[in-house]
Amino acid sequence: MLRFVLFRLLQSLVALAILSVVVFVLARATGDPLHMILPMNASEEDYANARKYLGLDRPYVEQYFSFVGRAVTGDFGTSIRARRPVIELLRERLPNSLKLAAFAMGASLAIAFPLGVMAAVKKGTGVDRAAQIVAVLGQSLPTFWVAIVLVEFVAGRWQWLPAGGADSLASYVLPGLTLGWFVVAGMMRLLRSGMLEVLDSEYVKLARLKGVAERKVVWVHALKNALIPVVTFAGIYFAILVTTAIVVETVFAWPGLGRLAYDGITSRDFPVIQAVVLTTATIVAAVNLGVDCLYAVIDPRIRYSR
Amino acid sequence: MSVVAVPERAARPEPRARGRRVPVVSIGIIAVFVLIALLAPLLSPGDPYEQSLRLRFRPPVWEERGSWAHPLGTDRLGRDMLTRIIWGSRVSLAVGALAVLLAGAVGATIGLVAGYYGGRVDAALMRVTDATLSFPVILLALILAVTVGPSFTNVVIAIAVILWARYARVIRGQVLTLMTLDFIAQARIAGAGAWRIITRHLLPNTLNTLVVLVTLQVGYVIIVEASLSFLGAGIPPPTPAWGSMIAEGRDVVTSAWWVSFLPGLAILLVVLAFNLLGDWLRDTLDPKLRQL
Repeated sequence: MLRFVLFRLLQSLVALAILSVVVFVLARATGDPLHMILPMNASEEDYANARKYLGLDRPYVEQYFSFVGRAVTGDFGTSIRARRPVIELLRERLPNSLKLAAFAMGASLAIAFPLGVMAAVKKGTGVDRAAQIVAVLGQSLPTFWVAIVLVEFVAGRWQWLPAGGADSLASYVLPGLTLGWFVVAGMMRLLRSGMLEVLDSEYVKLARLKGVAERKVVWVHALKNALIPVVTFAGIYFAILVTTAIVVETVFAWPGLGRLAYDGITSRDFPVIQAVVLTTATIVAAVNLGVDCLYAVIDPRIRYSR
Repeated sequence: MSVVAVPERAARPEPRARGRRVPVVSIGIIAVFVLIALLAPLLSPGDPYEQSLRLRFRPPVWEERGSWAHPLGTDRLGRDMLTRIIWGSRVSLAVGALAVLLAGAVGATIGLVAGYYGGRVDAALMRVTDATLSFPVILLALILAVTVGPSFTNVVIAIAVILWARYARVIRGQVLTLMTLDFIAQARIAGAGAWRIITRHLLPNTLNTLVVLVTLQVGYVIIVEASLSFLGAGIPPPTPAWGSMIAEGRDVVTSAWWVSFLPGLAILLVVLAFNLLGDWLRDTLDPKLRQL
């Protein structure tokens, strides 16, 4: 088991290293940030001075290594636009994003689990059909459109809930549900198909023959094994959640990492782009590592197959 | 003679086979949108770029101030919504088809090669695949789109970069199973080379899965393209694209709801149709395929 964990850890580090190169190259290629900072009438000399001041005149390889060296210690440089250390921005924004993601994940689990399991148990009934509709709609509705419609009706016309900001618990509801919607759909589908398969298996039949209460058969015996595919996909779901968050945070004016990324990209703020992408990637990699270890515990076969 | 009567597996109707009719409505919707996209110049009542500031924010015909001159109303610049939605279908469908085919071709090739050769080749390719799969690639797509500048080609490439990994994973898994079967060994004994085995024996056996994946992903691609356009990193304005149309109407959603709402409805219809068709194809061709 330890070997497996170490091997996976090494893999994640290599992936992150490759990613840091890609991000560095891409961020440098987004065009000259000085056009955004310096006034229109700046002279050649102003450009040269600014370039020197920001360290943009050094060779790329040197810039890359100094970037990585400092990034490891949490120093991502200074935001070109906000003129503040990027780490400060991260410290402000990251908790908001994590809270929103946690809320969305919690809400999705709370909806997806009962719905997915019930859809399989009561296959072909109204519950099942409702679940199917939720699943198909969840994968067909463009998130940002749902967000706009929700903002207009629930927050605007009817004034039930706040449309933006991260002040009260109520302000989590709209962005959280918008964000969790897609995950609910996917997770429910996996649970339903997993449960259908498991409920048909010999050991569930045996449990029933032995006289185990139906509720226990479904929620303990069957669910445990139906969870395996869900766990397999958990890492991918998390990546999707992070992705969707960029759009959702932009629409709901949520002060999180996604919004920071969007602003960073539109204003060509290299240090911010690099920091956000690397932070996000590190979190996603850590979650994936955790999921893989969890998976190896649940299903020992996986340990030997790699 | 058995004491306990256990129903035979075959005696019960297969849960999947029953009650899954051909999704006529989905196929119809897709066909209609494809026709609309192909015949856009003939069908659209006006010019998608023609502006008229005098006719800004005209509501659809069924609203109070609406008129048949602009059945679905006009946008911020007085452009006809119906025309722009019709032309927008070209962007969405073209991006959807091209990105999925490109990603499918790349992903399937990598999956076939990884599965066939196994060992180090497989390990290396799958490492890259896994890294791509579990990374929020839209961040990279956003950077790519901003880096090389938003354009049709770049959007297609960016989305293909996001998607190829899933094909590679699934196809590789299938190839691994196929490789253990006798007919591959026999082909080898008969002297078939790698190229022949991959193209003549492995590829045809993974086609069903490929078709299912491709169909299921068209809808996803259309949503991703719309998201990118919405964030300003997709198809650059003034080209009519559903995503950017929604973005344009975002600030006026209170006073002119139709500007955002109608293109979103178009997206929903097309994506829904592709997803339902994909589900049906999966149940029919490849019931064991697990997807998100």
